[in-house]
Amino acid sequence: MEIWRKGLKELSDLIRKKEVKPSEVVESFYERTQKFEPEINSYVTNLMEEALKEAQEKDKQLSQIEEIPELFGIPIAIKDNISTKGIKTTCSSKILENYIPPFDATVIKKLKEKGYIITGKTNLDEFAMGSSTENSAFFPTKNPWDTERVPGGSSGGSAAAVGAGIVPGALGSDTGGSIRQPAAFCGVVGLKPTYGRVSRYGLVAFASSLDQIGPITRTVEDAALLMNVISGKDPKDSTSVNREVPDFLSFIGRDIKGLKIGLPEEFFVEGLDSQIKEMVLGGVNQLEKEGAEVIEISMPTTKYAIEAYYIIAPSEASSNLARYDGVRYGYRTPEYSDLEEMYSKTRDEGFGAEVKRRIMLGTYSLSSGYYDAYYLKAQKVRTLIYQDFMKAFEKVDVIITPTTPDVAFKIGEKVSDPIQMYLSDIFTVSVNMAGVPGISIPCGFKEGLPVGMQIIGKPFDEGTVLQVAHYYERMNDFYKRFPGE
Amino acid sequence: MGEFEPVIGLEVHVQMSTKTKCFCSCRVEFGAEPNSNVCPVCLGMPGSLPVLNRKALEYAIKASLALNCKVHNLSVFARKNYFYPDLPKGYQISQYDKPLATDGYIDIKVNGKVERIRIHRLHMEEDAGKTIHEGGYSYVDLNRAGTPLMEIVSEPDIRSAVGARLYLEKLRNIMRYIGVSDADMEKGQLRCDVNISLRPKGEETFGTKVEIKNINSFRFVQKAIEYEIERQTKILKKGGEIVQETRLFDEKTGKTFTMRTKEEAHDYRYFPDPDLIPVRITSDFIQQIKDSLPELPDDKEKRYVKELGLTEYDAEVLVADRDRAEFFELSVKHYPKNPKSIANWIINELLGKLNEAGIEISESPVKPEHIAQIVELIDSGAISTKIAKEVFEETFETGKEPKQVVEEKGLKQVSDEGEIRKIVEKILSEHPAEVEKYKSGNTKLIGFFVGQVMKATKGKANPKVVNKILSELLKD
Repeated sequence: MEIWRKGLKELSDLIRKKEVKPSEVVESFYERTQKFEPEINSYVTNLMEEALKEAQEKDKQLSQIEEIPELFGIPIAIKDNISTKGIKTTCSSKILENYIPPFDATVIKKLKEKGYIITGKTNLDEFAMGSSTENSAFFPTKNPWDTERVPGGSSGGSAAAVGAGIVPGALGSDTGGSIRQPAAFCGVVGLKPTYGRVSRYGLVAFASSLDQIGPITRTVEDAALLMNVISGKDPKDSTSVNREVPDFLSFIGRDIKGLKIGLPEEFFVEGLDSQIKEMVLGGVNQLEKEGAEVIEISMPTTKYAIEAYYIIAPSEASSNLARYDGVRYGYRTPEYSDLEEMYSKTRDEGFGAEVKRRIMLGTYSLSSGYYDAYYLKAQKVRTLIYQDFMKAFEKVDVIITPTTPDVAFKIGEKVSDPIQMYLSDIFTVSVNMAGVPGISIPCGFKEGLPVGMQIIGKPFDEGTVLQVAHYYERMNDFYKRFPGE
Repeated sequence: MGEFEPVIGLEVHVQMSTKTKCFCSCRVEFGAEPNSNVCPVCLGMPGSLPVLNRKALEYAIKASLALNCKVHNLSVFARKNYFYPDLPKGYQISQYDKPLATDGYIDIKVNGKVERIRIHRLHMEEDAGKTIHEGGYSYVDLNRAGTPLMEIVSEPDIRSAVGARLYLEKLRNIMRYIGVSDADMEKGQLRCDVNISLRPKGEETFGTKVEIKNINSFRFVQKAIEYEIERQTKILKKGGEIVQETRLFDEKTGKTFTMRTKEEAHDYRYFPDPDLIPVRITSDFIQQIKDSLPELPDDKEKRYVKELGLTEYDAEVLVADRDRAEFFELSVKHYPKNPKSIANWIINELLGKLNEAGIEISESPVKPEHIAQIVELIDSGAISTKIAKEVFEETFETGKEPKQVVEEKGLKQVSDEGEIRKIVEKILSEHPAEVEKYKSGNTKLIGFFVGQVMKATKGKANPKVVNKILSELLKD
């Protein structure tokens, strides 16, 4: 039995029925990790050795526990911007290279309560700023389908690891597409929940009003399972919302007859690769045949999403990253003559080019005299985008778009052109701006590279998103394919 | 050139006396071991998030209402961005364009005249930590970081150094009355920045203002302003110009000096804090807090004058301190017949004595019921005022009840006419020469005879009775 081929939910069922031991599960992924990790470099901190030991401990506990929790003995990788007590959390930045958090993020606490086993901390674009994981201060992660290509970003490490099958699931974070875009590039499922659905406590902030933690898995059902675990109001996060969390697994397998799917014209225009367009529309067609109703819609302000996003996100980032000053933790420049110099040298040496670019952009946008023209204006655009979505959702239940304009690009291809890099998030950013949930699921391959389809839902209606995603997945089974086979 | 008039506005920071910090559950404690009351949130660790302390919000609303402010149903926390080692997040959580409350006022009495000082706004914010420079090193203590503060900004309505001090004292008093802060300037629980400019008397427009920062006592606030008025007057009289700048006050020299000029001023890049949701307060909640406010000093003062018959001065002295007013009211509760006399005893005897001994009124060995007893004993004729002072001293020393002191020392006043007549007769027979002089017109000698009787009775004789019998016996 090739255990590593199985999804989270399947493994969970097997362990809970005591048909498989945690150690068998972890060993299987350990072997696969040994083989593929050197090729893709998905982990900043690889904890597979520790995971093996923990699995053996869990084997022993198995007989003593009456109610075996959902994730008991299940290996899961964590993006390295999510705080893990006692384990380095670097954000793939030199400035936090040796930082060990004294506390767990709320999502980590929840995973622990359900008995998960951490396999390591995955690589990302420094502080989640980027779309290719090339902005990691340590090394780039490679796409498991073609190691000359990027895995996307910023949750590139998590997506590549799941894509390569070295771990059955991972957590990522999504500010402008950082879960969905790499999920699309690596041929896996990535869900960005509604803003406020999952606690941000312990997620190292990039842009607080946009950041959300979400699952990256092989199947939609697995994403639903992880959502069941990580969702819910957290008293430690004022922006998390007190909304009842449904059993997301209950949406799996539901029919889609009569469900209304919106196709926004603004997402099927210039810049979108024609093959990808066909695949996505083909997918929509399949769903229509199964009884869904397809409605063409328009969301005119979404075309300003990227521009507004690159004001709001850097503005918040410029403030969020002010704490990395070399005073209390993290990197401090070895030589300095006064406080001013300590600050500037520490931050100059500690941050990479893209992070500095965004800090400068944000600092500028928030400066007195510019605030109204930039930050305030961008917030108004954001409100309009939100209204566009809400208007659309008066007519439809979900919106389907491509996740990305094209498949994974070559390493180095876009590093010198930040605007081109930013545009790879063009279809995902507006979802963050509106705060609504969105999932990317595999919908085909273009020249051997995975293509992603994005399904967007109403606020707090991840259930319907999962329902549609799962229905599509069941008809196509792309998740069964692994790289190199 | 004519006279100049100072235009003064105060920015006051008041530390709230909540048990825990503004955005985390760390304890607020003065003088704790450095960096012992800290957690990921107030240390600004990556990924930590603030959660507003409900009590702090309640306190700030209380204070806003006590300062006659309009409390807004919606207010927003904003980040004030600047770098400093004792500011862990690189920004301070404060409020900017949507503060908690605006448009209030405080009335102060300057030279017997009531002046209304308007309050521009009251907002909530968190305190920074402390940087200590010692032996070539700088140390950061973050115990104070995240302590809830209220920033209370007055309109530029103050016109004198004394007025500034009185405003501050009144503000402190109100904070203590409503129990939201100890407002002790020495402990940094109340901090004051002064904005001051001068203009020719009668002029409407403002002159160039100077800010004086971080003054840590009421006296120094007054002194700093006095110095600044003098300094600016000198410059203006010479035809010079005031430089817009921030200055500091040197306690040793009593002078102010430049800290930074306008060009060096920060751009704080305020923006709404995305980690905190807007603060929404219902009008019901505001009303609920309003209803729970205790009687404030101004109302108390009015009541003391109107209902208890106190002089305005006495009422003012009593309400100037919450404990003092409470002492007075308890005392009156024990003996409601003579509040005026109770007020006199507290103001003229007790306060001086406490001050001498360096004891707070809340710790006074003479309790409210003791003052009540003393006044009652006098009113009933049981002791004379003179004896009462002796009794008061004894109670102050020993804490014994006045009644007991009178009992034990046999200080009860003698009012028995027969008894007093005997003593008076004896005194008169012993001093025939004086009697003669009195009878020939030197009536002033009555005092001498009273004195002799008192001496003989150790002050216990009822002076009224003594006088009556003396004039009777000396008539013929």
